[in-house]
Amino acid sequence: MKILLGGTASDSHTWNLVYLQLFLGELGHEVVGLGPCVDAEELADACRRHAPDAVVLSSVNGHGYRDGLAAVRRLRAEPALAALPVVIGGKLGVAGRPQETEAARLLEAGCDAVLGDGDLDALRDFLAVRVRGGVPA
Amino acid sequence: MTARRASFGAFVAASADAGRLVVQPRMGFADPRRMRAGLERTRAATATTAGTLTVDSYTRVGDLAAARAAVADGARLNGYPIATHPAAVTRALLEGLLDDGFPVQVRHGSARPEAIVRALTAAGLDATEGGPVSYCLPYGRTPLRRSVAAWARACELLAGTARPGAVPHVESFGGCLLGQLCPPGLLVALSVLECLFFVQHGIRSVSLSYAQQTHPGQDEEAVRALRRLAAEFLPAGVDHHVVLYTYMGVYPRTPHGATRLLEASARLAVRSGAGRLIVKTTAEAHRIPTVEENVRALETAAAAAALAGAPAAPAGPDGDGGEVLEEARTLVETVLDLDADLSRSLPAAFERGLLDVPFCLHPDNPGRSRGLVDPAGRLRWAATGAMPIRADTTVAAPLTADGLLAALHHVARRYDLPHPGPEDGHGRPPAARPAVRPAPSFGPAPASSPT
Ligand code: B12
Repeated sequence: MKILLGGTASDSHTWNLVYLQLFLGELGHEVVGLGPCVDAEELADACRRHAPDAVVLSSVNGHGYRDGLAAVRRLRAEPALAALPVVIGGKLGVAGRPQETEAARLLEAGCDAVLGDGDLDALRDFLAVRVRGGVPA
Repeated sequence: MTARRASFGAFVAASADAGRLVVQPRMGFADPRRMRAGLERTRAATATTAGTLTVDSYTRVGDLAAARAAVADGARLNGYPIATHPAAVTRALLEGLLDDGFPVQVRHGSARPEAIVRALTAAGLDATEGGPVSYCLPYGRTPLRRSVAAWARACELLAGTARPGAVPHVESFGGCLLGQLCPPGLLVALSVLECLFFVQHGIRSVSLSYAQQTHPGQDEEAVRALRRLAAEFLPAGVDHHVVLYTYMGVYPRTPHGATRLLEASARLAVRSGAGRLIVKTTAEAHRIPTVEENVRALETAAAAAALAGAPAAPAGPDGDGGEVLEEARTLVETVLDLDADLSRSLPAAFERGLLDVPFCLHPDNPGRSRGLVDPAGRLRWAATGAMPIRADTTVAAPLTADGLLAALHHVARRYDLPHPGPEDGHGRPPAARPAVRPAPSFGPAPASSPT
């Protein structure tokens, strides 16, 4: 499937993106890399332009919950992008562990999955299910 | 802030004369009370310390509205939003802390630093960090020419508005760039070139950085090369010192691994004659460190440095330079030959591929160079693109996700081992497969407009 991969608005880290581009490519996906510091508006533009099958957001700088929320809300505000699968993962907060209320807020806003920095198998499975056209249990 | 205050560079020079390595944290919190507590504890640590205000990511990318919103929500940020808190708040948090024996530096990571420089001078500070290339290419998508223009203005602003009698200080981040997998020659060259740029824009006190890499011998050579080139290329009368960064790539996850790597960096600093060390904590691989963890790192590093003996004389590096010096000198001279005015030659050099940072996704980076860790643990060039230096072309396996991860985790894995070999050991790191192909294309799609 065609995947749009990007960092979040305030996050300049790129080794995560270089790695994920290789990882997703090796799984057989077509990856469009947007690079770091993609704000919500740029992400929505890129979704319109590239018509991806899924969006993977990566954030490690500790602002992922906040930046991710703005991004997901922006995508969901647009009818054409309302159903586009969106997954976010990495080191999302500054506390060093997943923060449940923050993750719940992301899911509520329409994010399909919120993953931790070790959840690469979960990412692979999330995408595999969608390749087959199925829906997660 | 009535106490007598030495300038940042003068403080480091005086400490070096007294045989003491200055140690400094990377520390920043959104909450001014916590930030002040961090500075107080830094100052009180059993070590010769300089204080740090590390700025948050919203302020770094220039999204001051987002920084304000986060502060209003009481959100925890990854740094201190210096351009959002009123100057009076920053002044109050510094009140009574700054003096002759305790300077404070603002560290950020912004390609457009004018707002940050205005905020720090308004708060009575005059030392900061960055550079037109090193705070641009690793930090987002701001066009390089825009960063160069912004950094020229920021330097002039800082040089012009500091308090009377002060000598504003700027440290280049050129010795770090993306933190890992960049052979030292390019790091050294960029540090020298950025410091020359600062001087061209009115700054009279600078520091040249180098980040600890994969091999202690190669690192020592690099710091010596940096000192030598600084002495050669910086105009007489410009105050300068070398600042070493404890490892900036993927950090060991275990407390013993993290501590040993920190200690190795402190010994490297002493051995190679660096004047200052910026430390990493045991929390590095996991999350933003606490004040406590920062203080422990400062004291651990200071103790390791003290045990290593007196710092090498700060001037007159010895020995012949070797490979790193040769490579760095070639790069510096190539850029200066394009145009002595670095605000023209730096962007031109990247445009022509004469400078090329490995694995960097920035649209203005040529993206044709690749670094790798060789079987002996040294950083090498797998590809140099159009740079005027040679690649070690004998090793060129395709770049894979696992291969990249192995190279990125080379240092962490070695230090996390329960029974390590000689900790500064040059030998026998668990073989990191050099898995790098010369020129895969990684550029971000020209999808979104540059910020
Ligand atoms: C290298 C590095 C840098 C380099 C980055 C250069 C670049 N262009 O990439 C430099 C020095 C420039 C840098 C700058 C900063 N950094 Co930094 N950096 C690191 C460091 C040391 C290594 C990161 C790395 O290269 N990892 C290698 C990649 C492959 O691993 P990864 O990023 O963790 O990604 C893996 C997983 O997280 C996961 N993953 C990632 N995304 C996703 C997405 C999904 C869906 C899934 C399933 C999985 C997943 O998969 C990857 C492979 O395993 C880490 C600490 C560490 N880990 O040791 C800090 C770290 C990430 N940085 C941090 C911070 C805060 C910053 C700064 C804000 C400065 C500061 N205040 O300290 C700035 C960023 C400014 C900005 N605007 O964002 C913090 C983040 C804190 C937090 N989350 O709690 C860390 C953890 C350090 C720390 N302890 O303070 N950094």
